[in-house]
Amino acid sequence: MAMKVEGGFVANLGRIYAWYTGGFIGFTIFLGILEAVGVPNKVIGYLFVFLTLAVYAIIGVLARTAQLSEYYVAGRVVPAFYNGMATGADWMSAASFIGMAGSLYFLGYDGLAFVLGWTGGYCLVGVLQAPYLRKFGQYTVPDFFAARFGGNVARFWAVVVLITASFTYVVAQIVGVGIITSRFLGLDFQVACFVGLVGILLCSMLGGMKAVTWTQVAQYIILIIAYLIPVIVMSAKVTGVPIPQLMYGQALEKITALEKTLGIALPHAAAYPDGKGGASALKMWNFLALNLCLMVGTAALPHILMRYFTTPSVRQARMSVGWSLFFIFLLYFTAPSYAAFAKLEVYQNVIGSQMANLPGWIAEWGRVGVVGACDAPNAAQIYSMCRGVTGNNDGVLQLAEFRINTDAVVLATPEIAGLPYVISGLVAAGGLAAALSTADGLLLAIANALSHDIYYKMIDPQADTKRRLITSRVLLLLVALIAAYVAGVLGADILFLVSWAFSIAAAGLFAGIVLGIWSKNTTNAGGIWGVIAGYGACMIVLVFTEFYGPAFKAFLANFGIPVDIVRIRGREVGYILGINNISCGIFGIPLSFIVTYLVSRVTTAPSQEMQDFVESIRVPAGKVRLAEGAQAATE
Amino acid sequence: MSDKNPLSKEQFAEYWRRTSNLMWTLMIIWAIFGYVVPFFAAELNRIVIFGFPLGFYFGAQGSLIVFVVICFWNAFAQDKIDDEFGVSDE
Repeated sequence: MAMKVEGGFVANLGRIYAWYTGGFIGFTIFLGILEAVGVPNKVIGYLFVFLTLAVYAIIGVLARTAQLSEYYVAGRVVPAFYNGMATGADWMSAASFIGMAGSLYFLGYDGLAFVLGWTGGYCLVGVLQAPYLRKFGQYTVPDFFAARFGGNVARFWAVVVLITASFTYVVAQIVGVGIITSRFLGLDFQVACFVGLVGILLCSMLGGMKAVTWTQVAQYIILIIAYLIPVIVMSAKVTGVPIPQLMYGQALEKITALEKTLGIALPHAAAYPDGKGGASALKMWNFLALNLCLMVGTAALPHILMRYFTTPSVRQARMSVGWSLFFIFLLYFTAPSYAAFAKLEVYQNVIGSQMANLPGWIAEWGRVGVVGACDAPNAAQIYSMCRGVTGNNDGVLQLAEFRINTDAVVLATPEIAGLPYVISGLVAAGGLAAALSTADGLLLAIANALSHDIYYKMIDPQADTKRRLITSRVLLLLVALIAAYVAGVLGADILFLVSWAFSIAAAGLFAGIVLGIWSKNTTNAGGIWGVIAGYGACMIVLVFTEFYGPAFKAFLANFGIPVDIVRIRGREVGYILGINNISCGIFGIPLSFIVTYLVSRVTTAPSQEMQDFVESIRVPAGKVRLAEGAQAATE
Repeated sequence: MSDKNPLSKEQFAEYWRRTSNLMWTLMIIWAIFGYVVPFFAAELNRIVIFGFPLGFYFGAQGSLIVFVVICFWNAFAQDKIDDEFGVSDE
C-alpha cells in the first residue's frame, strides 16, 4: 500500500511542487502586505523562519518510513530532474548562499577558484562515478569499497574518511544555521544552534533519505528564489536590465575605473594581482591547487555521491548529474554579480561620502555588526566592526575607514536595491534552507555509515529491519547532538573547516572509487593502502601545518622543502612550497593514486570473479555479479 | 533482468572502448576549461567584451557553462552508446 501512495506522489511531483512554489510566493506577498500595514520587522522575520521550518517538518513527517530501501536510498524512485534539485540543496551550504558572494567581493578574480571548484567537480561525478555507483546499487559509498576491495577492512577505512570529512563539514553547517537563526531571531548563538538542530532532525529522523530528498527539493525552490530576487532588482536598478548575470559587466567596468581613482592595488577583475600591476605565479598555483581540491573533493563527498543511489536507473543517474549541476550553476554564476554590484555601491555611494549622508543600509547592518563606518573616534560604540580602527574624524568616510563582513554582501543587497524588509526575511529563509539541507544530507551520510556499515555489516549482520532502523535513528540523534555541541563551543571562526573537508575526502576516497571502476587490475591491497596513504598524508599535513607550523618548517628544511609561515586564525600556519594548507589534498590526491597503482602492481592480481564484478557494473543492463565474500545489502 | 552477461567478450570490449573514448574526450575538455584557461587568465583579461575581461568571464561564467554542457553531453552520448549495444537499463 505504501508503494501505491508513493507512486501516486511521484507521478504528481510536478503539480505538487508547482502548488508549493505558488503557495510560497503567495505567502511572501502576504507578509509584504503585513509589513506595509505596519507589522514590525521582527515578527516578519519570525514568521518566515518558523513557517518554513514547519513546512520542512510536515514533509519530514509525511515521508516517514519503515522500509530500509526508503530510509537509505529513498526507495530508488527519485526522477533525474528532482534528484538534481535535491542535490543542489544538499550541495549548496550556508557558506555558498551567504558567504560566497562576500568572498568574491574581497578576493575578486582569485575567489573564483570556489565558483569553478564547486561546479567542475560534477563533471567527474557524472563521467567517472555516478552511473557506475548507481549500477552497483547498494546503500552507501563504503559498501562499494567493501565489495570492490575485499570486505570489511576496506569498508572500515572508507568509513573513517567519510566520518572525518563529513563531521568537519556538518559542524560548519550547524555554525551557519546558528549564525542565521541568531541574527534574524535575536537568539543567543548556542541556543540558536540547537533550535536549528530541531529543524534538521525533524526532516530526517522519521523518513531518512526519503524525507530528506523531498524536503531538499522544497528547500532548493526557496533558496534559489531568495537568492535571485534581490540581485535581479539590483541589476534593474543599476543598469536598467533585470539580468544581473549579463549586466554586471557594466559594473565591472565602472569598478575598474573607480579603483584607479581610489588607488586600489589589487583590482577586482585582475587575475592573481601581485599589487604591482603584474601577476603572481604563487597566487596562480594556489588558485589551481584549491580548484583541484574542491573539484576532486566534490567527487568524493559521500553525501553527494549517495544522492545518485536514489534514481530509478543508471540512465537517470547520469541525467541527474546534469540537472544537479544546472541547478547549482544558477546560484554560482549569479554570485559574482552580487559581489560586483555591492562593490560598485560601496565605491560609488559609500566611500568619500559625508558621514551624515551615508546610505541607510550602513546604519541598518552596522547595528547587526556586519559593516562599520569608522570615521569618528567613538565609532566602535555604534559599529562593532570598527574595533581597532582609528578614523581621521574629518566627517568623510575614506576607504581605510570602511569595514565590511563577508556575510554583509548578500544580507544587505535587498536594502541597497531599495526592497522592503520582507525580502530580507526571504533571504534569511533561503540561507536557512541552504544550511539545513546540507546539514541533513551530511548527518544522514554519517549516521548511515555508522548504522549500516559499522553496526549492521561489521557488528551484528543478523539484525532485523526494525532493529536496524531504530539504530539508525538513535545514531542520527547522537551525531546531531555532538555536532551541535561542538559547533556551539567552537563558534563562528571555524568556517574554513569546509575547505578541509573537501581536501580530506578528495585525498581519501577519490582514487579508490575511480580506479575501482576504471582499472580492473586494482587489487584489494592497492585500494586499501591508497585510502590510508591519501587520507594519512592529508591529515598529517593539515595537523602539522595548522598547529605546529614553525616546527614543521624546521623539520621539512632537512629535506630542502621550503615552508612559508603565515599568521592566520591566530596561529603561525605553515604553507608548504607557499601552498595554503586548505589545499592539502594537492599532496594527498596524487599520493593515493600512486600508492594504489604501485601496491596493485606488486600484489596478486584480482580474481576472475572480481573482474567479472567490475565488468558487470560498467554495463547498465544485467545483474551485478558480486565477487565472493561481498554480500548484497538489499534484502 | 537476466542473470547472464548481456554482452559477449568482444561486444563488451568494443562497448568499453567507446565509453572510454567518450570519457577521455570529456575529461580533456574539462581540464582545458578548468585549468588551462585559468592558467592564462591574466593574458585573457586583456580582451574585454561587454565590460567583462575575458579571463574573469571564463572563471565566473564561461567555464561553468561548459561544465553543464559536459554533464548533459555525457548523459546523451552514453545513452546513445547504450542503445546501440542494447544495454540500457530502461
